[in-house]
This record gives sequence, C-alpha cells and structure tokens, in this order.
Amino acid sequence: MAAFKIGKVVLRSLFKKPATLMYPVVPRKWEERTRGHIDININDCIFCGICARKCPTNAITVDRNKKSWTIERMQCIQCTHCVDLCPKHCLSNENTYTTPEVEKVVDLHVAPPEEPKPASDDTNKDSVEKKNA
Amino acid sequence: MGKRTIIPFGPQHPVLPEPVHLDLVIEDETVVEAIPSIGFIHRGLEKLVEKKEYTEMVYVIERICGICSFGHGWGYCLSVEGVMGVEIPERANYLRTIWHELSRMHSHLLWLGLLADGFGFESLFMHCWRIREKVLDIFEKTTGGRVIFSVCKVGGVRKDIDEATLKEISSVVDGMKKELKELADVFLEDYSVKNRLCGVGYLSKEDAAELAAVGPMARASGLKQDMRLLGHGVYDKLGFEPCIETAGDSYARCKVRIREVFQSIDLIIKAIEMIPDGDISVPVKGNVPANECVVRLEQPRGEAFYYAKGADSKFLERMRVRTPTNQNIPAMVKTLQGCDLADVPMLILTIDPCISCTER
Repeated sequence: MAAFKIGKVVLRSLFKKPATLMYPVVPRKWEERTRGHIDININDCIFCGICARKCPTNAITVDRNKKSWTIERMQCIQCTHCVDLCPKHCLSNENTYTTPEVEKVVDLHVAPPEEPKPASDDTNKDSVEKKNA
Repeated sequence: MGKRTIIPFGPQHPVLPEPVHLDLVIEDETVVEAIPSIGFIHRGLEKLVEKKEYTEMVYVIERICGICSFGHGWGYCLSVEGVMGVEIPERANYLRTIWHELSRMHSHLLWLGLLADGFGFESLFMHCWRIREKVLDIFEKTTGGRVIFSVCKVGGVRKDIDEATLKEISSVVDGMKKELKELADVFLEDYSVKNRLCGVGYLSKEDAAELAAVGPMARASGLKQDMRLLGHGVYDKLGFEPCIETAGDSYARCKVRIREVFQSIDLIIKAIEMIPDGDISVPVKGNVPANECVVRLEQPRGEAFYYAKGADSKFLERMRVRTPTNQNIPAMVKTLQGCDLADVPMLILTIDPCISCTER
C-alpha cells in the first residue's frame, strides 16, 4: 500500500541493533588516516620555521632562540600541510582528537637543553607544557 | 484581494541551519512576493588569496562549504593548474572523480534527509542519514576527514587509495543500492510524500533558462545542463549522461537527486574498475604565471564557477568563486510566488541552499 511504504524499513530496524554507537560506553574507533591533531617530536626539530610560514591559518609559531614550537589548537584546521613539509619528519598526524576545552588552548613544546644529551630516546611528553591563552 | 502582511522568515529558522532572510509578502495564506537578503556570514575568503600562497590556499578554499568541500578544492586546483599549465596524472583524475561522486552521494542523501525533515517525516530523515553515514566512513578511511578532506592539491592528490580499499568501497556502495531503493520508493511512491511534493513550486523550462537556474533545479525543469559533460575528471570515459526530468516541480527535483545518487554509485563502481596504476601527483614548483583560467565544475548543487588570475608570484591576484546557490536564488524566489505559506520551508529546501557557499 502506497501509504505505508516505509513500514518494512521501520519494522526491520526495530529488531536490529542500533546504527549508532552507545558512546561513551562503546568508544569510537579511529581510522589510521583520521586527522585528529598534530604532534611533534621536539627532540628532532631544528626550528627551521617552515611549518609556521606555510600554515594556512597561522596556528604554529616557532621561536628559534627559545627553541620553542607552539600550536594554537583552536586555530589549527588539521590540514596536515606542515606534516608534509617538515624536512626532519618530526611532525606527525595523530588519529585521536584533543580533549574539548572551554578556552583557547595553546600547546607549547620546548626543546630539552642540549647538554648533557640524554642517552635514551625521550619522547616529547616531558617537555610539554600547557597554558591557556 | 485580502490584506497584505509581511512575515519575516529567518535568518534563524528551524528548517535551515544556515542564515538566509526572506521577507514574505502574504495575502491570506498565499505568498505573493518573497524578498531575499543574504550577507550574514560573509568571510572574505576570496580576498585571502592575496595573502596565502597558492599551495596553502586550497585548504582554505575547501572550507567555503562543509558539504561540497571536495568540489571547491578540486575547482580551485583545476583553475590554478590551468593557469600554470600543469597536467595531472590519470590516476589522480580517477581518484578525484571517485571522491567527488562520493561527495555527491553524501550531499544528496543529506538533502533527502533534510527534505523529509522539512515535510515532517522524521523516520525517513533518520534512515537517509543512516545510509549517508557509510559514505562518511569511507571518507574518513580514505582521506582522514569526514567532511573536509584536504586531499586535493595543485598537481594531483595527496593520498592514494590501495587496491583492497577500492574494492571495499565498491562493495559498500553497491550494497547501499538495495537500502537506497527502499527509501527511494518512499520518496517517489508514498501517498503522503507525493501529496507534499507533486505540483508544488513549479518552475517552467523557459523560466529555468531565463533565471539561469543550475544543477538539479535546472535539470528537473528539463534543461540538459550538467558541467560534467565539459570533460573535467574522467566523466567522458565513464560514459556519463545527465539525469533529466521535465515536470519542474518539487517532486521532479527530488527524483533527479535520487536518480543522481544511483548514477553516482554506478560511476564510482565503473571508475574503480577502470582506475589505472601510476603516480598520484606531479611536483609543482615556482610562481603562478600572469595568466588566467576559468573552470566550470558540477557540484552536487549545480554549476560552480572558478576564475583564477596569477601575477607571476606565489600569490594569486584574483580568485572568484560563484556557487550554485547564488544562481538558484532567483529561481527560488520565482517558485515561492503563489505558494502556500506552509510550503515555504520545503520550497527553500528544494534548491538545496548552501548560504556559506554563496557568501564565501
């Protein structure tokens, strides 16, 4: 009957499991290519500033003297243009999103002092500071 | 003659997430005139080309619109490639066509859902968006983004799709056909849906041509106008023929879009079968020469027009984007004349308005 065309679809979906995830009980699985956020391995960075100059939204700031790399998370559009251009391949695209914030977040990464050079391969996490702009 | 009243419609209205304002002059329950006004979300993206290098600008241009973002990126790249005289590899052309057709599917499914929502058919709206979700998952897997892809660049594309994923895409979109058929039957045959769509918002072929309607709006009025026939991408190799209806009412516009979703599925499957191996981009270096180029690209909503002018520097001198909604507003105003007040939200929806596109 032309008046109940959707009936079959509705009845079928009534007995099927939901098309949506029961978030946050069931966590979302991110794809490998998901553009979540930009991360940096600050130990490899040479502070050339290409990422800052080529960023379409001017979200990245590089200070060669202070050896710091800063990203404004709210301004970044995750185009990963900087990842493609980085000559030392120290920038990477992570497939997880940063946590939601109510204020504009600026992530500041400062290179560890050059001497003494750490023997182990430290990740950048130790040198990450967060401050609110 | 009844008393004339002016009813403001928008810029905030439940049926439209985007701001467009209409002054509806009504007599009793009938609209006699509609005066549109836009300009609430102008962002000045065209001016930005003077400050952003042509390679960076593509990521900004994509953000003109959240639905046809790939089309905007492609149109921009085509126009800059035209100015610079760059030939892109065949595989990149195929990949661009596949992503663009997937965009069309997701745009039309979104529109079908919104239309169902517009006439108060909530479950149909949910089912349309449930199917659309599969297309978004394909986007996320292949490009990393669900609505903004950032895969198009001047000289080709940034990411390749491997053989296994291409086969998966082919089987997923093929599997969607059956589900879509069921929903298409509801849109095209259901008694209550037909009651809301048939004969509403008639636009004659002559009016469509005179008011320069584009895309599904023009094709539903019988105009054979589709920019995919102009030869960008690989549409000529896929044997593309536009979907045309002649009724000119809301039902015809709905039918054109439903037929286009099925056509997009066929085009994607065919493109995946025919895709050649090879490079996905060519290196593009140097300044943009002092040259100009015009590109007309068929987006889900209709013809988009891109004009790029170089100035022998890394920055373009001028970029002009004219979007399909901009073209369809006069036709929309025409269809609103003489309609019932209750049909206004749905008639505005039938042009598939994208105000962010229009104002850039």
